Formats: sequence, structure tokens, C-alpha cells
Amino acid sequence: METIPVEHGLILAGILFVLGLVGVLTRRNILFVLMSLEIMLNASALAFIVASARWGHADGQVMFLMILTLAAAEVAVGLGLVIQMYRKYHTVDISVLSEMKG
Amino acid sequence: MTLLFYLAAAVAIISTIAVIVQTNIVHALIYLILSLLAVAVIFYVLGAPFAAVLEAIVYAGAIMVLFLFVIMMLNLGQHTTDEEKQWLSGGVWLGPGIMSALLLAQFVNVLSSHEMAMSPKTVGVLEVSALLFGPYVLAVELASVLLLAGLVSAYHLAKK
Repeated sequence: METIPVEHGLILAGILFVLGLVGVLTRRNILFVLMSLEIMLNASALAFIVASARWGHADGQVMFLMILTLAAAEVAVGLGLVIQMYRKYHTVDISVLSEMKG
Repeated sequence: MTLLFYLAAAVAIISTIAVIVQTNIVHALIYLILSLLAVAVIFYVLGAPFAAVLEAIVYAGAIMVLFLFVIMMLNLGQHTTDEEKQWLSGGVWLGPGIMSALLLAQFVNVLSSHEMAMSPKTVGVLEVSALLFGPYVLAVELASVLLLAGLVSAYHLAKK
């Protein structure tokens, strides 16, 4: 059985997480921000699966299931908020939300 | 198997970069599905076939279809794509890109001081479900409550 260095899996998870972070920081369209959040959640799930494969335990896969549930609930609520925002402001630009302060 | 891992990793990274630089949102979504499927292949290579199947069905299937429905509902069109192009021009990438690259470099530096090989053996659905309905049963119940809360709040928020 060939082996894969465990750090390569973790570095891949880190690269995907950082790409998602760059997406969150640079995009102004709220749908792209939500998609980048999905990328980040998926990268952390990948880190859990890598750890699970390293130790041969199923606990990492259980945590993957929890992250999957969290992502589904987050997307449902987030997209509901996007629909409300579009009804109110007729744009998907998150900078219009800055007038919500005070 | 090792070759498959590196191929899938390359596909995942390239398609994720395509997601964050894309201006057309439907194209970005298709690239995101490709990236998630590549990660599913990695899960399979790492000996987690149950997680791979769930990644393909729930992430690439259900969650992305939710995104697609909302994009279709909002009916954004060409003018949003042009707006995106305008927003992404110039040095918007510079600050966040450099900072994130620094963080990634630190992470890689910390990891590269250890050398640890893994030979993944398959951990199938039997072990996972034995844990899910054994020690983690409370977490499963809480996850169901979370999903119910998500359902109710999504219904309430999207209602007129």
C-alpha cells in the first residue's frame, strides 16, 4: 500500500482554506462571499478527514458529518437573508448593508 | 492511489482559484461543484468512502442546487457581471492576497518540520455509524435540531 505524507493533506486543506479566505476578503457580491465560506468549511472538513485517515479512526468522519450539517443550515439561513436583502435593496452588493449601523 | 491524490488535489486547487476569480456567478458555481467533487475523490483515496459519497450527494448535490435556485430567483443578469468586473479591477487582490499568502507560508513552514507518512486503510460506514449511534448520539440529536432551526428560519426569512 502506497503512503501519502500526512502534511500534504493538511497543506492542501490549508491552501483551500486560504483561497476561501481571500474570496471572503475581496468579493463584494454576497453570493460569492457565501460560496467562499463554503470553501473554507469544506477545507476544515478535509483536515478532519486527513486526521481520521492518519489515526485510522472514524471520529474524523463523524466531525465531517457535523460540519456538513452546519454548512447546510448556514447556507439555508444565509440564502434566506440574501433573498430579503435583494427585496429591500435590489442589489447583492454587501456595502449597502453598512447603513444598517446605529 | 498516490497519483490519484495529487491529481485530485491539483484539480481542487485550480477550480477553487477559478471560483474566486470568476465574475459570472453560474460559472463560479460550476467550478465550485468541480472542486467539491475533486475533494470527494480525495476523501475516497484517504479511506473515507462514506464521507466521499456524502460530499458528492449533500455538498455538490443539495447545497449547490440551493445556491442555483437562489441565483435563478434573483435573476441577476449581465449587469451584475459587469459590476463584478469593475469591483475586481485594480489592487483589490493585493492586500488580502499578500496577508493570506503570509499565513499560508507560516502554516506550511510549521508543517514541514515534521515528517509523518500515512497509509490510509478504509474506515467504512459500519465504524462511522457505530460511533454516530453510540458515543455521539447526543451530537446527532443536536444536529437534527440545528437543521430544524435552519429550515424554520429559512422559511421565515424568505417569506414575503
